[in-house]
Amino acid sequence: MSEKKTDEVTGVDTTGHEWDGIRELDNPLPRWWLWTFLACIVWAFGYMIFYPAVPMVSEATPGVLGYSSRAAVHQDIQDARAAQSEMISKVDSLPLAEIRQDADMLQFAINGGRAAFAVNCSQCHGSGAAGSPGYPNLNDDEWIWGGDLENIATTLRHGIRHPGDDETRFSEMPAFGRDGILDREQVKAVANRVLAFAGQPHDAELAAEGAELYADNCAACHGDAGKGDREQGAPNLADAIWLYGSTEADIARQIHAPRHGVMPAWGDKLDPVTIKQLTIYVHSLGGGE
Amino acid sequence: MASKDANVAVDGVARIEVEAVNSRQHRSLYKARESIHPMRVAGTFRRLKWWIMGVLLAIYYVTPWLRWDRGVGMPDQAVLVDLEHRRFFFFFIEIWPQEFYYVAGMLIMAGIGLFLVTSVLGRAWCGYACPQTVWVDLYVHVERWLEGDRNARFRLDKSPWNAAKIRKRFTKYLIWLLIAVATGGAWVFYFADAPALFVKLFTLEASAIAYVTVGVLTATTFVFGGFMREQVCTYMCPWPRIQAAMMDENSLTVTYQDWRGEPRGRHRKSADASQLGDCIDCNQCVAVCPMGIDIRDGQQLECINCALCVDACNSIMARTGGTPDLISYTTLKSYEANADGRPALPLKKTIFRARTLLYATLWSCIGLAMLFVLFTRDRLDINVLRDRNPQYVVLSDGSIRNGYTVKILNMEQRERRVLLQISDLPDALMTVVGDDLWPSRTREFVLDADQVQQLQVYVAVPRESVEPGANSFRFSVTDLTGIEQAHYGAIFRAPEE
Repeated sequence: MSEKKTDEVTGVDTTGHEWDGIRELDNPLPRWWLWTFLACIVWAFGYMIFYPAVPMVSEATPGVLGYSSRAAVHQDIQDARAAQSEMISKVDSLPLAEIRQDADMLQFAINGGRAAFAVNCSQCHGSGAAGSPGYPNLNDDEWIWGGDLENIATTLRHGIRHPGDDETRFSEMPAFGRDGILDREQVKAVANRVLAFAGQPHDAELAAEGAELYADNCAACHGDAGKGDREQGAPNLADAIWLYGSTEADIARQIHAPRHGVMPAWGDKLDPVTIKQLTIYVHSLGGGE
Repeated sequence: MASKDANVAVDGVARIEVEAVNSRQHRSLYKARESIHPMRVAGTFRRLKWWIMGVLLAIYYVTPWLRWDRGVGMPDQAVLVDLEHRRFFFFFIEIWPQEFYYVAGMLIMAGIGLFLVTSVLGRAWCGYACPQTVWVDLYVHVERWLEGDRNARFRLDKSPWNAAKIRKRFTKYLIWLLIAVATGGAWVFYFADAPALFVKLFTLEASAIAYVTVGVLTATTFVFGGFMREQVCTYMCPWPRIQAAMMDENSLTVTYQDWRGEPRGRHRKSADASQLGDCIDCNQCVAVCPMGIDIRDGQQLECINCALCVDACNSIMARTGGTPDLISYTTLKSYEANADGRPALPLKKTIFRARTLLYATLWSCIGLAMLFVLFTRDRLDINVLRDRNPQYVVLSDGSIRNGYTVKILNMEQRERRVLLQISDLPDALMTVVGDDLWPSRTREFVLDADQVQQLQVYVAVPRESVEPGANSFRFSVTDLTGIEQAHYGAIFRAPEE
């Protein structure tokens, strides 16, 4: 197979390689090709000197330019921050309502808020802010403490039932069943009264029984029609949204021994601009007032 | 008979101790490029090459400077690849990124056009239109103007470095460099406003990428046009191989009519002149060849079919009274027919044959289809992306809400008032983030010229008005200042129960 011959047509030797009768001529390489090859080798050595290249025990040789991809990313982040500085200072100085008026500012705030939400809030409220039992859905139009810009901002800054913040949102519903204020049957009756407010299937007889109990024990906070009171953080009982479930058993459990969720006060953890961006983002999720 | 003395070959003949420098064993593995100095030639094809070169260079250098008024806020450059805003402008045509299929269509047309040209004219691209050919021609012309014709250039190559040689070489390299800079410089004008960039390039305000591009193209033009020349075609370019595969026996190619020319010989007055063919072996065809080949060796990969040897041979034939076209554009079929003494096919028949007609038809059909699409394409479009997290939201009154990211594309170069509406979804109402208007089924917007408007839209429907699961409906956008309308079929998702 490896038999060197001289090609008849060109008079050039073959390399001796043959594929199905096709033989390869052993023509000399153009010299510039060789120079290009050598130039590439020189380039490679230059690269090794100037850039990180040779792997050592813990890290690679640094190269005389001191380049590192991590530093480059850091620089990119710095540049991005610098490019945003004008928008950030505008968000800082303008009131929330005015930020919402300007389309560019609104988009900037929503994007920033979305990023901050993913890092700080999504652990409880979910990445789509849809919440879960005990953690409110921020997309809907039900707000325990108010859904306008100022109220959302206050909730964000001071949290809910956050120990150590004097201005935190605070409400505490008595444990009617556990503390013996209402007995088991009475709790059930009140639960049916609440179901009636929400227009859900209920036992009408029990609901009627529960009406007086509701008026005596619950109406002070939740209102005569069960519409709730945001000043006191008393949820609306007459709508389709339930933080701890909507069945009779869920409601009875909450009357017996209520659970009280806690939201951290973010005012001392996040800077004011981020709080503002988060406010506008949450407000833009569809339920903002 | 063995000789007694090592220095005697046979009796009376001395043996010299010498070894061939270029013996097979000593032949270098690497071959240095040998200079080719094509001789000046005049004739039909040389004139044609001047014209084509002039037109092509003019197109290349002038195009970015042509202006085209598109109104306020729009670039007024006739041909502009606007990478920053992702637009391509070509006179009255504006192409958005999603319309990139036009470019794909253009490439398909270029491909089929190349098949067509190659099957008729052979390697016409290589010989006349390829930038490498055009710029090498320009560089050789500069060289000839400064250093003289072929023989003078060979002499200058060999001469020692004296003041005259240094002066000539320096001037040549300087002019080459200026051409190279102008070539690289013209390229970047296609990607930005040419007059503004021109000033910026000189005041050092242009972007680094502009200078790098100019630098790289200057270097490649200078090296490829001045030094690499035919090496680019022979060793670096895949085109000679591809084009050779696309030719057939009816494609025109520069051919030496050896049946007429051979046996070649120069002594026309000698006794056996009648035995000789038409070739007088003057080697003019070799001297003018920019690729450094001898066309009389037959068809070769290196031959770019520039036909300068045709001009050279014909000018000699005219001078000596010989029959012209000993070297000429001929098809392989005609060549064989002539060699066998049969009549050759008329040119018309070799050009209009099934293959070329098929290519021409295909090419025209694609061209017409693209023209049709171009003049009927949408200039108003809507894209809708449904929020998937959460899939839906239950509101306090029990109704269901879905969120959508709506993008409305105004691809016209004027501001437009449009109406966004939802249909096929009973009792649905939409709100738009940021505008604080009451929920409604329609919304009016003013779209900026040549921009995409992105909206966050919420659509709410009473629970009893939708089916559980997916409900199909439509977003429509209507131009209130014109007639255009666009639709998008979207999904409204309700709880599954």
